[in-house]
Amino acid sequence: MLVPSPWRADFPAIATLQRQDQTYLDNAATTQKPQALLDAISHYYANGAANVHRAQHLPGAHATQAFEDSRSKVAQWLNAGDSGQIVFTHGATSALNLLAYGLEHLFTTGDEIVISALEHHANLLPWQQLAKRRGLELVVLPLNADGVIDVEAAVGLIGPRTRLLAVSQLSNVLGAWQPLETLLAMARTHGALTVVDGAQGIVHGRHDVQALGCDFYAFSSHKLYGPDGVGVLFGRNDALHHLRHWQLGGEMVQHADYHSASFRPAPLGFEAGTPPIAGVIGLGATLDYLSSLDPQAVLAHEAALHDYLLRGLKARNGVRVLGSPQVALVSFVVDGIHNADLAHLLTEQGIAVRAGHHCAMPLLKAMHLSGAIRVSLALYNDSDDLERFFEALDQALDMLR
Amino acid sequence: MTLPVDAVEALEAFQAVGSWEQRARMLMQWGERLPALADEDKVDANLVQGCESLVWLVGRLENGHWQFAASSDARMIRGLVALLLARVNGLSTAELQGVDLSDWFNQLGLSRQLSPSRSNGLNAVLQRMRTLSQTQN
Repeated sequence: MLVPSPWRADFPAIATLQRQDQTYLDNAATTQKPQALLDAISHYYANGAANVHRAQHLPGAHATQAFEDSRSKVAQWLNAGDSGQIVFTHGATSALNLLAYGLEHLFTTGDEIVISALEHHANLLPWQQLAKRRGLELVVLPLNADGVIDVEAAVGLIGPRTRLLAVSQLSNVLGAWQPLETLLAMARTHGALTVVDGAQGIVHGRHDVQALGCDFYAFSSHKLYGPDGVGVLFGRNDALHHLRHWQLGGEMVQHADYHSASFRPAPLGFEAGTPPIAGVIGLGATLDYLSSLDPQAVLAHEAALHDYLLRGLKARNGVRVLGSPQVALVSFVVDGIHNADLAHLLTEQGIAVRAGHHCAMPLLKAMHLSGAIRVSLALYNDSDDLERFFEALDQALDMLR
Repeated sequence: MTLPVDAVEALEAFQAVGSWEQRARMLMQWGERLPALADEDKVDANLVQGCESLVWLVGRLENGHWQFAASSDARMIRGLVALLLARVNGLSTAELQGVDLSDWFNQLGLSRQLSPSRSNGLNAVLQRMRTLSQTQN
Protein backbone atom coordinates (compact mmCIF):
# COMPACT_ATOMS: atom_id res chain seq x y z
CA MET A 1 0.00 0.00 0.00
CA LEU A 2 1.30 3.45 -0.87
CA VAL A 3 0.12 5.27 2.25
CA PRO A 4 -0.59 2.88 5.14
CA SER A 5 -1.72 4.18 8.52
CA PRO A 6 0.21 2.84 11.51
CA TRP A 7 -2.62 3.99 13.81
CA ARG A 8 -5.53 2.27 12.09
CA ALA A 9 -5.76 -0.60 14.57
CA ASP A 10 -6.00 1.87 17.48
CA PHE A 11 -9.54 2.72 16.30
CA PRO A 12 -11.72 -0.39 16.64
CA ALA A 13 -14.66 1.05 14.71
CA ILE A 14 -12.64 1.16 11.51
CA ALA A 15 -12.42 -2.64 11.36
CA THR A 16 -16.13 -2.94 12.15
CA LEU A 17 -17.04 -0.47 9.43
CA GLN A 18 -14.81 -2.31 7.00
CA ARG A 19 -16.63 -5.58 7.75
CA GLN A 20 -19.82 -3.73 6.80
CA ASP A 21 -18.15 -2.64 3.55
CA GLN A 22 -18.12 0.95 4.70
CA THR A 23 -15.24 3.29 3.95
CA TYR A 24 -15.41 6.21 6.34
CA LEU A 25 -14.30 9.47 4.75
CA ASP A 26 -16.55 11.94 6.58
CA ASN A 27 -14.07 12.84 9.30
CA ALA A 28 -14.65 16.58 9.18
CA ALA A 29 -18.17 15.82 10.43
CA THR A 30 -17.06 13.52 13.22
CA THR A 31 -14.28 11.02 13.85
CA GLN A 32 -13.99 7.44 15.05
CA LYS A 33 -12.63 6.96 18.56
CA PRO A 34 -9.42 5.37 19.84
CA GLN A 35 -9.56 2.32 22.12
CA ALA A 36 -7.99 4.46 24.86
CA LEU A 37 -11.12 6.60 24.97
CA LEU A 38 -13.46 3.60 25.04
CA ASP A 39 -11.44 2.19 27.93
CA ALA A 40 -11.49 5.45 29.88
CA ILE A 41 -15.27 5.90 29.63
CA SER A 42 -15.89 2.27 30.44
CA HIS A 43 -13.52 2.53 33.42
CA TYR A 44 -15.25 5.64 34.73
CA TYR A 45 -18.74 4.13 34.57
CA ALA A 46 -17.60 0.73 35.81
CA ASN A 47 -15.76 2.15 38.81
CA GLY A 48 -18.27 4.62 40.15
CA ALA A 49 -19.83 7.64 38.52
CA ALA A 50 -20.19 10.76 40.64
CA ASN A 51 -20.92 14.42 40.17
CA VAL A 52 -18.04 16.87 40.11
CA HIS A 53 -17.29 19.88 42.31
CA ARG A 54 -20.10 19.07 44.74
CA ALA A 55 -19.67 16.14 47.06
CA GLN A 56 -17.02 15.35 49.64
CA HIS A 57 -17.39 11.57 49.20
CA LEU A 58 -14.65 9.49 47.61
CA PRO A 59 -16.35 8.78 44.25
CA GLY A 60 -16.99 12.52 43.93
CA ALA A 61 -13.35 13.26 44.68
CA HIS A 62 -12.18 10.74 42.07
CA ALA A 63 -14.53 12.07 39.41
CA THR A 64 -13.56 15.67 40.15
CA GLN A 65 -9.87 14.77 40.00
CA ALA A 66 -10.24 13.02 36.64
CA PHE A 67 -12.40 15.87 35.32
CA GLU A 68 -9.88 18.52 36.36
CA ASP A 69 -6.99 16.42 35.01
CA SER A 70 -8.69 16.61 31.62
CA ARG A 71 -8.88 20.37 31.94
CA SER A 72 -5.11 20.46 32.47
CA LYS A 73 -4.53 18.16 29.51
CA VAL A 74 -6.59 20.44 27.26
CA ALA A 75 -4.70 23.47 28.55
CA GLN A 76 -1.45 21.68 27.76
CA TRP A 77 -2.67 20.64 24.31
CA LEU A 78 -3.34 24.31 23.53
CA ASN A 79 -0.30 25.55 25.43
CA ALA A 80 -2.59 27.86 27.38
CA GLY A 81 -0.22 28.07 30.34
CA ASP A 82 -1.38 30.70 32.83
CA SER A 83 -2.64 32.93 30.05
CA GLY A 84 -6.24 31.86 30.38
CA GLN A 85 -8.82 29.27 31.33
CA ILE A 86 -10.34 26.20 29.75
CA VAL A 87 -14.15 26.16 29.93
CA PHE A 88 -15.95 22.94 29.07
CA THR A 89 -19.10 23.39 27.00
CA HIS A 90 -21.26 20.95 25.06
CA GLY A 91 -19.59 21.56 21.71
CA ALA A 92 -17.98 24.26 19.61
CA THR A 93 -21.44 25.56 18.74
CA SER A 94 -22.38 26.02 22.38
CA ALA A 95 -19.00 27.66 23.08
CA LEU A 96 -19.63 30.22 20.31
CA ASN A 97 -23.18 30.80 21.53
CA LEU A 98 -21.84 31.36 25.05
CA LEU A 99 -19.61 34.09 23.63
CA ALA A 100 -22.35 35.71 21.57
CA TYR A 101 -24.62 35.97 24.63
CA GLY A 102 -21.98 36.52 27.29
CA LEU A 103 -20.33 39.38 25.40
CA GLU A 104 -23.57 40.98 24.21
CA HIS A 105 -23.40 43.75 26.83
CA LEU A 106 -20.22 45.13 25.23
CA PHE A 107 -21.97 46.13 22.01
CA THR A 108 -23.92 49.24 21.18
CA THR A 109 -25.80 50.21 18.03
CA GLY A 110 -23.47 50.86 15.11
CA ASP A 111 -20.64 48.65 16.38
CA GLU A 112 -19.29 46.13 13.91
CA ILE A 113 -18.71 42.40 14.18
CA VAL A 114 -16.41 40.99 11.53
CA ILE A 115 -16.65 37.40 10.30
CA SER A 116 -15.63 35.82 7.00
CA ALA A 117 -17.48 34.47 3.98
CA LEU A 118 -16.47 30.89 4.77
CA GLU A 119 -17.82 30.58 8.29
CA HIS A 120 -19.65 27.47 9.37
CA HIS A 121 -23.17 28.29 10.55
CA ALA A 122 -21.93 27.84 14.14
CA ASN A 123 -19.64 30.85 13.75
CA LEU A 124 -22.10 32.84 11.65
CA LEU A 125 -25.55 32.56 13.18
CA PRO A 126 -24.68 33.49 16.80
CA TRP A 127 -23.06 36.73 15.54
CA GLN A 128 -25.71 37.40 12.92
CA GLN A 129 -28.45 37.16 15.53
CA LEU A 130 -26.46 39.20 18.06
CA ALA A 131 -26.13 41.89 15.38
CA LYS A 132 -29.89 41.82 14.89
CA ARG A 133 -30.60 42.04 18.63
CA ARG A 134 -28.26 44.98 19.20
CA GLY A 135 -28.50 46.85 15.89
CA LEU A 136 -24.91 46.03 14.91
CA GLU A 137 -23.27 45.77 11.54
CA LEU A 138 -22.16 42.27 10.53
CA VAL A 139 -19.17 42.71 8.22
CA VAL A 140 -18.26 39.71 6.04
CA LEU A 141 -14.65 39.42 4.89
CA PRO A 142 -14.43 38.20 1.28
CA LEU A 143 -12.27 35.31 0.05
CA ASN A 144 -9.67 35.20 -2.67
CA ALA A 145 -9.72 32.63 -5.47
CA ASP A 146 -7.91 30.07 -3.30
CA GLY A 147 -10.62 30.15 -0.64
CA VAL A 148 -8.51 32.17 1.76
CA ILE A 149 -9.76 35.32 3.50
CA ASP A 150 -8.58 38.27 1.43
CA VAL A 151 -6.27 40.18 3.79
CA GLU A 152 -6.05 43.22 1.54
CA ALA A 153 -9.79 43.58 1.59
CA ALA A 154 -9.73 42.97 5.33
CA VAL A 155 -7.52 46.04 5.84
CA GLY A 156 -10.42 48.18 4.67
CA LEU A 157 -13.05 46.27 6.60
CA ILE A 158 -11.49 45.83 10.04
CA GLY A 159 -11.49 49.31 11.54
CA PRO A 160 -12.14 51.46 14.58
CA ARG A 161 -15.80 50.37 14.75
CA THR A 162 -14.83 46.69 14.85
CA ARG A 163 -15.61 45.39 18.33
CA LEU A 164 -15.09 41.71 17.60
CA LEU A 165 -13.51 39.50 14.94
CA ALA A 166 -14.67 35.86 14.71
CA VAL A 167 -13.01 33.67 12.09
CA SER A 168 -12.32 30.03 11.35
CA GLN A 169 -8.81 28.69 11.50
CA LEU A 170 -9.40 26.08 8.79
CA SER A 171 -12.40 26.02 6.46
CA ASN A 172 -14.62 22.95 6.73
CA VAL A 173 -15.48 23.26 3.03
CA LEU A 174 -12.31 24.60 1.41
CA GLY A 175 -9.63 22.97 3.58
CA ALA A 176 -7.52 26.12 3.58
CA TRP A 177 -5.67 27.57 6.56
CA GLN A 178 -6.74 31.12 7.18
CA PRO A 179 -4.33 34.03 7.70
CA LEU A 180 -5.10 34.34 11.41
CA GLU A 181 -1.88 36.04 12.38
CA THR A 182 -2.52 38.99 10.07
CA LEU A 183 -6.24 39.22 10.79
CA LEU A 184 -5.85 39.00 14.57
CA ALA A 185 -3.15 41.68 14.48
CA MET A 186 -5.50 44.00 12.57
CA ALA A 187 -8.26 43.39 15.10
CA ARG A 188 -5.94 43.99 18.06
CA THR A 189 -4.78 47.30 16.54
CA HIS A 190 -8.38 48.47 16.78
CA GLY A 191 -8.93 47.03 20.24
CA ALA A 192 -11.37 44.40 19.02
CA LEU A 193 -11.87 41.05 20.73
CA THR A 194 -10.81 38.03 18.70
CA VAL A 195 -12.54 34.67 18.47
CA VAL A 196 -11.09 31.70 16.59
CA ASP A 197 -13.34 28.83 15.53
CA GLY A 198 -10.87 25.97 15.77
CA ALA A 199 -13.36 23.17 15.09
CA GLN A 200 -11.43 21.96 12.03
CA GLY A 201 -8.03 23.46 12.73
CA ILE A 202 -7.52 21.75 16.09
CA VAL A 203 -7.59 18.33 14.40
CA HIS A 204 -4.55 18.98 12.23
CA GLY A 205 -1.23 19.81 13.82
CA ARG A 206 -0.73 21.45 17.20
CA HIS A 207 -1.85 24.98 17.90
CA ASP A 208 -0.57 27.35 20.55
CA VAL A 209 -3.16 29.84 21.75
CA GLN A 210 -0.50 32.05 23.31
CA ALA A 211 1.42 32.28 20.05
CA LEU A 212 -1.84 32.79 18.17
CA GLY A 213 -2.75 35.62 20.51
CA CYS A 214 -6.49 35.17 20.23
CA ASP A 215 -8.87 36.10 23.05
CA PHE A 216 -11.02 33.02 22.60
CA TYR A 217 -10.52 29.68 20.86
CA ALA A 218 -13.34 27.15 20.51
CA PHE A 219 -13.43 23.54 19.36
CA SER A 220 -15.41 20.32 19.65
CA SER A 221 -14.02 17.17 21.22
CA HIS A 222 -15.74 14.82 18.79
CA LYS A 223 -13.86 16.05 15.73
CA LEU A 224 -10.58 15.53 17.60
CA TYR A 225 -11.20 11.78 18.13
CA GLY A 226 -12.89 12.53 21.47
CA PRO A 227 -16.46 11.95 22.70
CA ASP A 228 -19.35 14.04 21.44
CA GLY A 229 -21.25 16.36 23.75
CA VAL A 230 -18.07 18.10 24.87
CA GLY A 231 -16.73 21.40 23.64
CA VAL A 232 -13.79 23.49 24.72
CA LEU A 233 -13.60 27.23 25.04
CA PHE A 234 -10.23 28.73 25.81
CA GLY A 235 -10.48 32.30 27.04
CA ARG A 236 -7.60 34.64 27.77
CA ASN A 237 -7.78 35.96 31.34
CA ASP A 238 -8.30 39.60 30.29
CA ALA A 239 -10.99 38.65 27.82
CA LEU A 240 -12.82 36.36 30.25
CA HIS A 241 -13.41 39.39 32.49
CA HIS A 242 -15.78 40.69 29.82
CA LEU A 243 -17.78 37.49 29.62
CA ARG A 244 -21.05 37.60 31.55
CA HIS A 245 -22.64 34.50 32.95
CA TRP A 246 -25.09 33.02 30.51
CA GLN A 247 -26.61 29.69 31.46
CA LEU A 248 -27.43 29.61 35.13
CA GLY A 249 -27.88 26.89 37.72
CA GLY A 250 -25.88 24.19 39.43
CA GLU A 251 -22.42 24.70 40.81
CA MET A 252 -21.74 27.84 38.82
CA VAL A 253 -23.37 29.72 41.71
CA GLN A 254 -21.38 31.18 44.59
CA HIS A 255 -24.27 32.43 46.74
CA ALA A 256 -27.96 32.34 46.03
CA ASP A 257 -31.05 33.56 47.82
CA TYR A 258 -34.54 34.01 46.47
CA HIS A 259 -33.95 37.44 44.98
CA SER A 260 -30.29 37.61 44.11
CA ALA A 261 -27.26 35.49 43.39
CA SER A 262 -23.58 35.77 42.71
CA PHE A 263 -21.64 33.53 40.37
CA ARG A 264 -18.26 31.92 40.24
CA PRO A 265 -15.55 33.15 37.89
CA ALA A 266 -14.26 31.11 34.93
CA PRO A 267 -14.09 28.27 34.35
CA LEU A 268 -16.72 26.88 36.73
CA GLY A 269 -18.97 29.92 36.43
CA PHE A 270 -19.56 29.08 32.79
CA GLU A 271 -20.25 25.39 33.33
CA ALA A 272 -23.87 25.48 34.49
CA GLY A 273 -25.57 22.23 35.41
CA THR A 274 -23.85 18.88 35.48
CA PRO A 275 -21.13 18.92 32.85
CA PRO A 276 -20.56 15.98 30.48
CA ILE A 277 -18.28 14.28 33.03
CA ALA A 278 -17.61 10.98 31.25
CA GLY A 279 -17.08 12.84 27.99
CA VAL A 280 -14.57 15.23 29.52
CA ILE A 281 -12.68 12.31 31.09
CA GLY A 282 -12.80 10.58 27.70
CA LEU A 283 -11.39 13.65 25.99
CA GLY A 284 -8.49 13.56 28.46
CA ALA A 285 -7.80 9.94 27.49
CA THR A 286 -7.94 10.85 23.80
CA LEU A 287 -5.42 13.65 24.34
CA ASP A 288 -3.13 11.22 26.20
CA TYR A 289 -3.38 8.90 23.21
CA LEU A 290 -2.75 11.69 20.69
CA SER A 291 0.17 12.99 22.75
CA SER A 292 1.77 9.56 22.53
CA LEU A 293 1.93 9.76 18.72
CA ASP A 294 4.86 11.19 16.82
CA PRO A 295 3.47 14.56 15.67
CA GLN A 296 5.75 14.74 12.64
CA ALA A 297 4.66 11.28 11.54
CA VAL A 298 1.00 12.25 11.86
CA LEU A 299 1.49 15.45 9.89
CA ALA A 300 3.45 13.63 7.19
CA HIS A 301 0.76 10.96 6.94
CA GLU A 302 -2.02 13.50 6.66
CA ALA A 303 -0.11 15.43 4.02
CA ALA A 304 0.63 12.30 1.96
CA LEU A 305 -2.99 11.18 2.13
CA HIS A 306 -4.28 14.62 1.19
CA ASP A 307 -1.90 14.79 -1.73
CA TYR A 308 -3.07 11.35 -2.88
CA LEU A 309 -6.69 12.45 -2.68
CA LEU A 310 -6.13 15.73 -4.47
CA ARG A 311 -4.08 14.18 -7.28
CA GLY A 312 -6.63 11.43 -7.79
CA LEU A 313 -9.49 13.88 -8.04
CA LYS A 314 -7.67 16.26 -10.34
CA ALA A 315 -6.77 13.38 -12.65
CA ARG A 316 -10.46 12.75 -13.32
CA ASN A 317 -12.32 14.41 -16.14
CA GLY A 318 -14.84 17.05 -15.20
CA VAL A 319 -13.97 17.10 -11.51
CA ARG A 320 -13.76 20.64 -10.16
CA VAL A 321 -12.10 21.08 -6.76
CA LEU A 322 -13.40 23.93 -4.60
CA GLY A 323 -10.65 26.42 -3.73
CA SER A 324 -7.09 25.20 -3.12
CA PRO A 325 -7.35 22.76 -0.22
CA GLN A 326 -4.14 22.38 1.79
CA VAL A 327 -5.03 19.74 4.34
CA ALA A 328 -7.68 17.45 5.77
CA LEU A 329 -10.34 17.53 3.10
CA VAL A 330 -11.27 18.21 -0.49
CA SER A 331 -14.66 19.38 -1.67
CA PHE A 332 -15.55 18.98 -5.31
CA VAL A 333 -18.27 19.05 -7.91
CA VAL A 334 -18.43 17.30 -11.27
CA ASP A 335 -19.50 19.25 -14.35
CA GLY A 336 -22.94 18.28 -15.52
CA ILE A 337 -23.63 15.97 -12.58
CA HIS A 338 -25.77 16.78 -9.58
CA ASN A 339 -23.95 16.26 -6.29
CA ALA A 340 -27.04 14.54 -4.87
CA ASP A 341 -26.88 11.90 -7.63
CA LEU A 342 -23.19 11.33 -7.05
CA ALA A 343 -23.76 11.09 -3.30
CA HIS A 344 -26.53 8.55 -3.87
CA LEU A 345 -24.29 6.27 -5.93
CA LEU A 346 -21.32 6.63 -3.57
CA THR A 347 -23.57 5.69 -0.65
CA GLU A 348 -24.77 2.63 -2.57
CA GLN A 349 -21.13 1.57 -2.78
CA GLY A 350 -20.39 2.03 0.91
CA ILE A 351 -18.47 5.26 0.63
CA ALA A 352 -19.25 7.54 3.57
CA VAL A 353 -18.67 11.08 2.37
CA ARG A 354 -20.69 14.20 2.85
CA ALA A 355 -22.82 15.87 0.19
CA GLY A 356 -24.66 19.14 0.34
CA HIS A 357 -23.94 22.55 1.77
CA HIS A 358 -21.75 21.48 4.75
CA CYS A 359 -23.42 23.93 7.14
CA ALA A 360 -22.04 26.81 5.11
CA MET A 361 -25.03 27.71 2.91
CA PRO A 362 -23.97 31.31 2.20
CA LEU A 363 -20.52 30.16 1.03
CA LEU A 364 -21.95 27.59 -1.38
CA LYS A 365 -24.50 30.15 -2.60
CA ALA A 366 -21.71 32.67 -3.22
CA MET A 367 -19.91 30.02 -5.30
CA HIS A 368 -23.16 29.45 -7.24
CA LEU A 369 -23.27 25.83 -6.15
CA SER A 370 -26.26 23.96 -4.77
CA GLY A 371 -23.86 21.65 -2.99
CA ALA A 372 -20.64 19.72 -3.22
CA ILE A 373 -19.17 16.38 -2.22
CA ARG A 374 -16.63 16.53 0.59
CA VAL A 375 -14.07 13.81 1.27
CA SER A 376 -12.43 14.36 4.64
CA LEU A 377 -9.51 12.46 6.14
CA ALA A 378 -8.34 11.27 9.52
CA LEU A 379 -5.10 9.77 10.77
CA TYR A 380 -6.53 6.23 10.54
CA ASN A 381 -7.39 6.51 6.83
CA ASP A 382 -5.02 4.98 4.31
CA SER A 383 -4.57 4.99 0.55
CA ASP A 384 -6.69 1.84 0.22
CA ASP A 385 -9.63 3.84 1.58
CA LEU A 386 -9.00 6.39 -1.13
CA GLU A 387 -8.62 3.72 -3.80
CA ARG A 388 -12.03 2.34 -2.82
CA PHE A 389 -13.42 5.85 -3.05
CA PHE A 390 -11.88 6.44 -6.50
CA GLU A 391 -13.19 3.14 -7.78
CA ALA A 392 -16.69 4.00 -6.54
CA LEU A 393 -16.41 7.49 -7.99
CA ASP A 394 -15.42 6.15 -11.40
CA GLN A 395 -18.27 3.66 -11.33
CA ALA A 396 -20.74 6.38 -10.32
CA LEU A 397 -19.54 8.78 -13.00
CA ASP A 398 -19.71 6.01 -15.56
CA MET A 399 -23.35 5.38 -14.68
CA LEU A 400 -24.32 9.04 -14.58
CA ARG A 401 -22.70 10.02 -17.88
CA MET B 1 -57.06 -2.31 -2.99
CA THR B 2 -55.76 -3.05 -6.47
CA LEU B 3 -52.53 -1.46 -7.56
CA PRO B 4 -52.50 1.13 -10.35
CA VAL B 5 -51.12 -0.25 -13.64
CA ASP B 6 -47.89 1.79 -13.38
CA ALA B 7 -47.34 0.51 -9.86
CA VAL B 8 -47.66 -3.11 -10.96
CA GLU B 9 -45.10 -2.45 -13.65
CA ALA B 10 -42.72 -0.77 -11.19
CA LEU B 11 -43.04 -3.59 -8.71
CA GLU B 12 -42.31 -6.25 -11.31
CA ALA B 13 -39.34 -4.31 -12.64
CA PHE B 14 -37.74 -3.55 -9.29
CA GLN B 15 -38.35 -6.95 -7.76
CA ALA B 16 -36.48 -8.50 -10.66
CA VAL B 17 -33.25 -6.54 -10.16
CA GLY B 18 -30.31 -8.24 -8.53
CA SER B 19 -27.60 -5.66 -8.08
CA TRP B 20 -27.40 -2.09 -6.84
CA GLU B 21 -26.19 -1.00 -10.28
CA GLN B 22 -29.30 -2.39 -11.95
CA ARG B 23 -31.50 -0.77 -9.33
CA ALA B 24 -29.79 2.60 -9.75
CA ARG B 25 -30.02 2.39 -13.55
CA MET B 26 -33.68 1.47 -13.34
CA LEU B 27 -34.28 4.38 -10.99
CA MET B 28 -32.78 6.75 -13.53
CA GLN B 29 -34.90 5.24 -16.31
CA TRP B 30 -38.06 5.78 -14.28
CA GLY B 31 -36.97 9.35 -13.62
CA GLU B 32 -36.65 9.94 -17.35
CA ARG B 33 -40.22 8.71 -17.88
CA LEU B 34 -41.58 11.36 -15.55
CA PRO B 35 -43.60 13.79 -17.72
CA ALA B 36 -42.09 17.27 -17.88
CA LEU B 37 -43.52 19.67 -15.35
CA ALA B 38 -45.05 22.83 -16.81
CA ASP B 39 -42.86 25.89 -16.32
CA GLU B 40 -45.61 27.73 -14.46
CA ASP B 41 -45.54 24.93 -11.88
CA LYS B 42 -41.77 25.23 -11.37
CA VAL B 43 -42.12 28.08 -8.90
CA ASP B 44 -40.87 28.53 -5.37
CA ALA B 45 -44.34 27.93 -3.95
CA ASN B 46 -44.18 24.35 -5.27
CA LEU B 47 -40.63 23.65 -4.09
CA VAL B 48 -40.30 20.92 -1.49
CA GLN B 49 -38.18 22.18 1.38
CA GLY B 50 -35.62 19.83 2.89
CA CYS B 51 -34.13 18.29 -0.22
CA GLU B 52 -30.51 18.35 -1.36
CA SER B 53 -31.80 19.03 -4.83
CA LEU B 54 -34.66 21.10 -6.21
CA VAL B 55 -37.90 19.14 -6.16
CA TRP B 56 -41.21 20.62 -7.25
CA LEU B 57 -44.46 18.86 -6.45
CA VAL B 58 -48.01 19.81 -7.42
CA GLY B 59 -51.17 17.84 -6.84
CA ARG B 60 -54.76 18.31 -7.99
CA LEU B 61 -57.95 16.44 -7.28
CA GLU B 62 -59.62 15.77 -10.64
CA ASN B 63 -63.07 14.15 -10.60
CA GLY B 64 -62.30 12.62 -7.24
CA HIS B 65 -58.88 11.28 -8.26
CA TRP B 66 -55.50 12.65 -7.29
CA GLN B 67 -53.07 13.66 -10.03
CA PHE B 68 -49.63 14.61 -8.82
CA ALA B 69 -46.86 15.95 -11.03
CA ALA B 70 -43.27 16.58 -10.05
CA SER B 71 -39.80 17.35 -11.27
CA SER B 72 -36.28 17.60 -9.94
CA ASP B 73 -32.87 18.72 -11.15
CA ALA B 74 -31.34 15.52 -9.74
CA ARG B 75 -31.91 12.17 -11.40
CA MET B 76 -32.10 9.76 -8.49
CA ILE B 77 -34.72 11.71 -6.59
CA ARG B 78 -36.62 12.15 -9.89
CA GLY B 79 -36.71 8.36 -10.16
CA LEU B 80 -37.88 7.98 -6.57
CA VAL B 81 -40.61 10.56 -7.14
CA ALA B 82 -41.67 8.79 -10.35
CA LEU B 83 -42.10 5.58 -8.34
CA LEU B 84 -44.10 7.48 -5.76
CA LEU B 85 -46.40 8.95 -8.40
CA ALA B 86 -46.82 5.53 -10.01
CA ARG B 87 -48.30 4.35 -6.73
CA VAL B 88 -50.54 7.30 -5.84
CA ASN B 89 -51.77 8.88 -9.06
CA GLY B 90 -55.39 8.15 -9.74
CA LEU B 91 -56.26 7.31 -6.14
CA SER B 92 -59.19 8.84 -4.29
CA THR B 93 -58.50 10.82 -1.14
CA ALA B 94 -59.57 7.90 1.03
CA GLU B 95 -57.36 5.51 -0.93
CA LEU B 96 -54.43 7.91 -0.75
CA GLN B 97 -54.75 8.12 3.01
CA GLY B 98 -54.76 4.35 3.24
CA VAL B 99 -51.57 3.79 1.26
CA ASP B 100 -48.56 2.62 3.27
CA LEU B 101 -45.82 4.37 1.33
CA SER B 102 -42.91 3.10 3.39
CA ASP B 103 -44.17 -0.39 2.64
CA TRP B 104 -44.33 0.55 -1.02
CA PHE B 105 -40.69 1.59 -1.14
CA ASN B 106 -39.81 -1.44 0.93
CA GLN B 107 -41.41 -3.70 -1.69
CA LEU B 108 -39.37 -1.96 -4.35
CA GLY B 109 -36.17 -2.68 -2.40
CA LEU B 110 -35.70 1.03 -1.73
CA SER B 111 -36.56 1.24 1.96
CA ARG B 112 -33.17 2.77 2.81
CA GLN B 113 -34.12 5.84 0.82
CA LEU B 114 -36.66 6.60 3.55
CA SER B 115 -34.36 6.26 6.55
CA PRO B 116 -34.47 9.39 8.74
CA SER B 117 -30.84 10.26 8.09
CA ARG B 118 -31.38 10.41 4.36
CA SER B 119 -31.36 13.96 3.19
CA ASN B 120 -32.24 13.10 -0.40
CA GLY B 121 -35.65 14.55 0.20
CA LEU B 122 -37.97 11.59 -0.33
CA ASN B 123 -39.29 11.99 3.21
CA ALA B 124 -39.88 15.67 2.57
CA VAL B 125 -41.71 14.85 -0.68
CA LEU B 126 -44.01 12.42 1.15
CA GLN B 127 -44.71 15.02 3.82
CA ARG B 128 -45.50 17.61 1.17
CA MET B 129 -47.85 15.22 -0.59
CA ARG B 130 -49.74 14.57 2.64
CA THR B 131 -50.08 18.30 3.25
CA LEU B 132 -51.35 18.88 -0.29
CA SER B 133 -53.89 16.09 -0.02
CA GLN B 134 -55.17 17.39 3.31
CA THR B 135 -55.52 21.05 2.33
CA GLN B 136 -57.40 20.28 -0.89
CA ASN B 137 -59.59 17.66 0.71
